[in-house]
Amino acid sequence: MNKTITIDPVTRIEGHSKITIHLDDTGRVDSARFHVTQFRGFEKLVEGRPFHEMPSLTARICGICPVSHLIASAKACDALMAVKIPETAAKLRQVLNLSQILQSHALSFFHLSSPDLVLGMDSDPAKRNIFGVAAEMPDLAKDGIWLRQYGQETIALLAGKRIHPAWVVPGGVSAPLTEDRRDAILAKIPEATKRVRRTLDWYKEVFGQFDAEIRTFANFPSLFMGLVTDNGELEMYDGKLRFIDATGRIVADKIEPEKFGDYIEEAVEPDSYLKSPYYKALGYPDGIYRVGPLARLNLIDRVGTPLADEEWSEFRMLERGASLSSFQYHYARLIEMLFCVEKIEKLLNSPDILSDHVRAKADPNSLEGIGVSEAPRGTLMHHYKIDRQGMMVWANLIIATGHNNLAMNKGVYQVARYFIHGEKIQEGMLNRVEAVIRTFDPCLSCSTHAFGQMPLRVELRSPDGELLDEVHQG
Amino acid sequence: MKRPFKTRIKTLKIDGIDVGAREDETILELAQENGIFIPTLCHLEGVHDVGSCRLCLVEVKGSNKLFPSCMTYAEEGMEVITNSERLQTYRRQVLDLLFSERNHVCAVCVSNGNCELQWMAGKLGITHVGVPYLYPQLAVDASHPYYAHDPNRCILCTRCVRVCDEIEGAHTWDVMGRGVDCQIISDLNEPWGLAESCTRCGKCVQVCPTGALFTKGKAVAEMKKRHEFLPYLRSMREGRNE
Repeated sequence: MNKTITIDPVTRIEGHSKITIHLDDTGRVDSARFHVTQFRGFEKLVEGRPFHEMPSLTARICGICPVSHLIASAKACDALMAVKIPETAAKLRQVLNLSQILQSHALSFFHLSSPDLVLGMDSDPAKRNIFGVAAEMPDLAKDGIWLRQYGQETIALLAGKRIHPAWVVPGGVSAPLTEDRRDAILAKIPEATKRVRRTLDWYKEVFGQFDAEIRTFANFPSLFMGLVTDNGELEMYDGKLRFIDATGRIVADKIEPEKFGDYIEEAVEPDSYLKSPYYKALGYPDGIYRVGPLARLNLIDRVGTPLADEEWSEFRMLERGASLSSFQYHYARLIEMLFCVEKIEKLLNSPDILSDHVRAKADPNSLEGIGVSEAPRGTLMHHYKIDRQGMMVWANLIIATGHNNLAMNKGVYQVARYFIHGEKIQEGMLNRVEAVIRTFDPCLSCSTHAFGQMPLRVELRSPDGELLDEVHQG
Repeated sequence: MKRPFKTRIKTLKIDGIDVGAREDETILELAQENGIFIPTLCHLEGVHDVGSCRLCLVEVKGSNKLFPSCMTYAEEGMEVITNSERLQTYRRQVLDLLFSERNHVCAVCVSNGNCELQWMAGKLGITHVGVPYLYPQLAVDASHPYYAHDPNRCILCTRCVRVCDEIEGAHTWDVMGRGVDCQIISDLNEPWGLAESCTRCGKCVQVCPTGALFTKGKAVAEMKKRHEFLPYLRSMREGRNE
């Protein structure tokens, strides 16, 4: 008898979504889908607005990573003005972007995912949250809270406030950095390094216990995409696009970000508001690729900062080619946090970082502009068209979570197939289905973040709609 | 405003305080002189008042009517109340209607943090808008080389109309339509950039209380306005004419 299991909403992620799992007559998983159930419509509502408003307008897409949108949007606006922004402004934007990645990774790893790692996938759902972690491993929870706070404070010191600052503007940033603020950020670097390294050491000890999850959490061959510097190092702000395949071989390299349209196309699925981009050359749905921390660490030649490079060489020993299990997004996230801390220090020690030449001014000179940068969850693309007076006429935004959509769907299917059998649903099985989504840290463009408090309802129904089994959580 | 040759002094009460006023003095001016706050939006030091925003309404003992204090002159024996439960309710309703009539989105506005409408809403304790929004579809006019006009943020205070007419003498701006269809237009409803009368002086931009008129190229929260120069400009020009 066919049955459908619905997980609605998916908890401990950013945004609203549900998962449906269809079982066949023998109780085995037949198919599984990840649906994004919220619709935002930003691409439409920005039409007719002056392009100078775009960074702050698109930042409102998200309360977790407004900075990522500010950065990609401002870069697209720089392209509309056809200016090269002052060096110092580019560095300041980079520091802001790295602080954003640091705080968001901390949120994803500690607040959202560590409950599964510390307390176990099958533990009591009522305690499987950051408070449960704080009771079990107080130091780990404190590290998480401290690191997220450090990232957020750095954003506030640079940009004036933690969430939705308006400091990043077309042409640069609106105000230079002051000496006391720079020193305040730098003063906490050693502490931040210590805390990230401590967490990395802990993670390396425990991830071996999750062998079944590592094997089944979206562990399949796919392409990976991300930005790299000209010499193949990790890059979050500028750089060129690179695609690699599952063996780690480079399939496309040194792609100018504004040419992304030659490589990526977006498909629309009838059951989700999230579009599904795919690699053009392989077609849909075979052109599946992943972005984000795991992809970035898979496709670089080296990280580019000493401590993170050491950790990265260990990470690279895990697999022959690319690391294919999405479970290792967690690992990659921690290494990137180390990179962020090191890179922030390096940038803030640049001799010109306090320069007051931080903004280029120009009228709109190009009617089309593309801005690409790395957000915590992967490559973020803003593509704008304007009229000659600088009014927006068209916008297309490809968000990191969108790039990962096909992979998340495939991952949900894989993990459901492995862990769900028969008619009786066990909560731990379903948590694994959610946990595979959590490894991607999807941001369904939302300012709501729920951890273990949103009600989770799962129903098992027969084809004629009869309720066979039901599980409640929260 | 032309002052009579000889002024007489009137005595009256504002909020229970005995005050003396010149007969050509409005209640609003008198209140400001005596440190009493009356909210205003369309009033602007340096140009004539029109009493259009209705925020400065006051009560006068003996009358059930409310009076716009910017247009009401001091009279002998008057007893004025500038702040009562009734007035607060009306003032909040005025703001409610202003917010609901256009698309005021502070978070993404060039004037966020420097807007008189936003400041006033905070000052008068607006926590929400009690009437449904109209969400009109109004296009931004960015045809001018230096400035842009976003009618979505306009509250029809007509400060721009008055400053352009009375101080600059160009009279580029005017008002078209009635009721909720009212619109500020340049010349004979042409794009601002094509308005031949415009001298590009930018005074209208500086006096606009919201982000409806702004300098091009300003990002969110960057538009700061200054209009302290107006009374000075006015007195200098009037002095020259004499």
